[in-house]
Amino acid sequence: MTEPIVTHGPAGGEGDGANAVEIRKLWTVFKSPGREQVVHRDLDLTIRRGEVLSLVGGSGTGKTVLLRQILGLEKPTRGEVSVFGEAPAALSAAGAAKVGMLFQRGALFSAFNVLDNIAFALRELKVLPDALIRDAAMVRLQMVGLKPEHAWKMPSALSGGMIKRVALARALIMDAPLLLLDEPTAGLDPEGADEFCDLLRGLHRELGLTVVMVTHDLDTLFDLSTRIAVLADQKVIVTGTAEEVIAYPHPFIQQYFQGGRGQRAAQALHAPPAAPAPTGR
Amino acid sequence: MSSSVPAQASPTPRLPGAAAQRAGAPRLDAGAAAGEAGTWVRVGGGWTALGFSSARDWRALSEMLAAHPPSDALGWDLREMAQFDHIGAQVLWNHWQHRWPAHVALDTSQQAVLDQVAQFSVPVAPAPGPTLLDHLRHFAGQGQHLVDTSRRFTQLIGQFVLDVGRLLAAPHRGPWRDLSGALYNTGATAMPITALVGLLIGVVLAYLTSQQLRQYGAESFIVNILGLSLVRELGPVLAAVLVAGRSGSAITAQIGVMRVTEELDAMRVMGIPHGFRLVMPRVLALAVAMPLISIWTSAAALVGGMMAAQLALDISPSYFLQALPRAVPISNVILALSKSAVFGILIALIACYHGMRVLPNTESLGQRTTSSVVISITVVILVDALFAVLFKGVGFR
Repeated sequence: MTEPIVTHGPAGGEGDGANAVEIRKLWTVFKSPGREQVVHRDLDLTIRRGEVLSLVGGSGTGKTVLLRQILGLEKPTRGEVSVFGEAPAALSAAGAAKVGMLFQRGALFSAFNVLDNIAFALRELKVLPDALIRDAAMVRLQMVGLKPEHAWKMPSALSGGMIKRVALARALIMDAPLLLLDEPTAGLDPEGADEFCDLLRGLHRELGLTVVMVTHDLDTLFDLSTRIAVLADQKVIVTGTAEEVIAYPHPFIQQYFQGGRGQRAAQALHAPPAAPAPTGR
Repeated sequence: MSSSVPAQASPTPRLPGAAAQRAGAPRLDAGAAAGEAGTWVRVGGGWTALGFSSARDWRALSEMLAAHPPSDALGWDLREMAQFDHIGAQVLWNHWQHRWPAHVALDTSQQAVLDQVAQFSVPVAPAPGPTLLDHLRHFAGQGQHLVDTSRRFTQLIGQFVLDVGRLLAAPHRGPWRDLSGALYNTGATAMPITALVGLLIGVVLAYLTSQQLRQYGAESFIVNILGLSLVRELGPVLAAVLVAGRSGSAITAQIGVMRVTEELDAMRVMGIPHGFRLVMPRVLALAVAMPLISIWTSAAALVGGMMAAQLALDISPSYFLQALPRAVPISNVILALSKSAVFGILIALIACYHGMRVLPNTESLGQRTTSSVVISITVVILVDALFAVLFKGVGFR
């Protein structure tokens, strides 16, 4: 066989300038009889294409709620959220092709085996032949570091780390350009968490994904994110690189990053991966 | 046939998402050349999962692909493709029969995607299906399964008896709040529906029998027929069937979800026994509530029968009520009450048993809830037949 002719894809800059996610003046209020709890007040956040943005904040600051609002699973009380320039409600129709979500506990369909879980969204298109779908699901399965023989297992027979991997494979099946991760490394052993980070970094590089991640794991945070957004006082108080965020004078940030665990993780802080130019896909 | 070599890969915007609509359907253009000798196929359009989502486009593409089977003479030029993802790569790779064609022109990112697909595309072994031996083993396991089930159910009954003993020994430490909650949920909230169903059954039964009775001029016997059948048989069985459908399924689902979410394990770790805190309150609650509901249903059915008797046969309610104690000896009521208590205990035990046996998946939860209701109703009717045979000399005049 002759050498394939390989040219280099155009190194597009920031694309056409459109952001992956834009959140403007967002209010979230939880109403219970006789009590109103304001979770977000005039929250603004912009997520650019091709970056890995981590959402950080104390418990109950509405990080997961924000992810759910990006997905269109919850409606903000006021304000607007747009994903690739469209309202999130319009996303659910186009479905898994635009946004992939890794839920905190995997949310695998317990009645299906691993392969059917991964293939579900493709199969729902009801267009592609079954053999192709199976092949594609098998490729995803191995991309996330599982072996082909795991394909026939049921979710109840999987360990926590394997559930996360299968859930990630399921989120990736349609090659959605936006990937949301809720606590991707929670409940994994350190080695498993490292592997998971490597996996995510590789995928981010290869697929040029935009990743939004909620995490409490400082190692993951410094390891993966190109930018960090800190949620406190019901809004995003600062977004920036790890160094910029750590330098920001705010009691929460000082406590969060300057505590013992934060110090240790920050020591290991190396240059986070640069946002890859969104290569052509 | 030949044209100039494209110096750069196509400058089409390669943005995912929003660009997908612009990119157009995936397509093949034959005949154009990429500069080298031989025949080339230009691959264009959006080769993404979204691009394949239209059945029409997919059919068109399948035809185009079929028209260009992979061969050594054919080159593939991917550089005009607007978008390319793993699904698109999989389509191409499968079309190339899992090996690189002799001539191919592509850019680095496309090669990366194709490399990954090539690396991980393995022949899919089909799901290991059951063999004849498995079927045989499954059949042979049925006997063992039956033995196991009866042993476990007996264990559950034994544990219940022990728990009741424990409650009697130390009543102040009993789960009274659980008991009263279960009593309210299974008893008080079942009253409207049982009353409605009982009333309608009473009306129907009265109308049907009045037709026959009038032919023989035996109108006044409607009191005997309605009284005996409703108090002794229909009331308890009707109430038991309704409660099995209502509360039995609720108990199974509740305990089953607790099992799926590991709440049962958490309780066990804290040293709180399931039997004492979950099973016994529910069984006792149904043992108390079931006779009351059964009397309530019978009463509603008698009211319905009374109304229908007045309308159809001109038998006044006052005569009906006077004649009722003479037609239906009190032993029938006692029989109905004790029968209902047994029904209640059985329904609750069966529901708890199935709830405890739920496996951690949604399918099992559905199956167990279904079998809980079906088995309870069957058992209720079986036990009712047993009562009818055993007490055939009681309560008749």
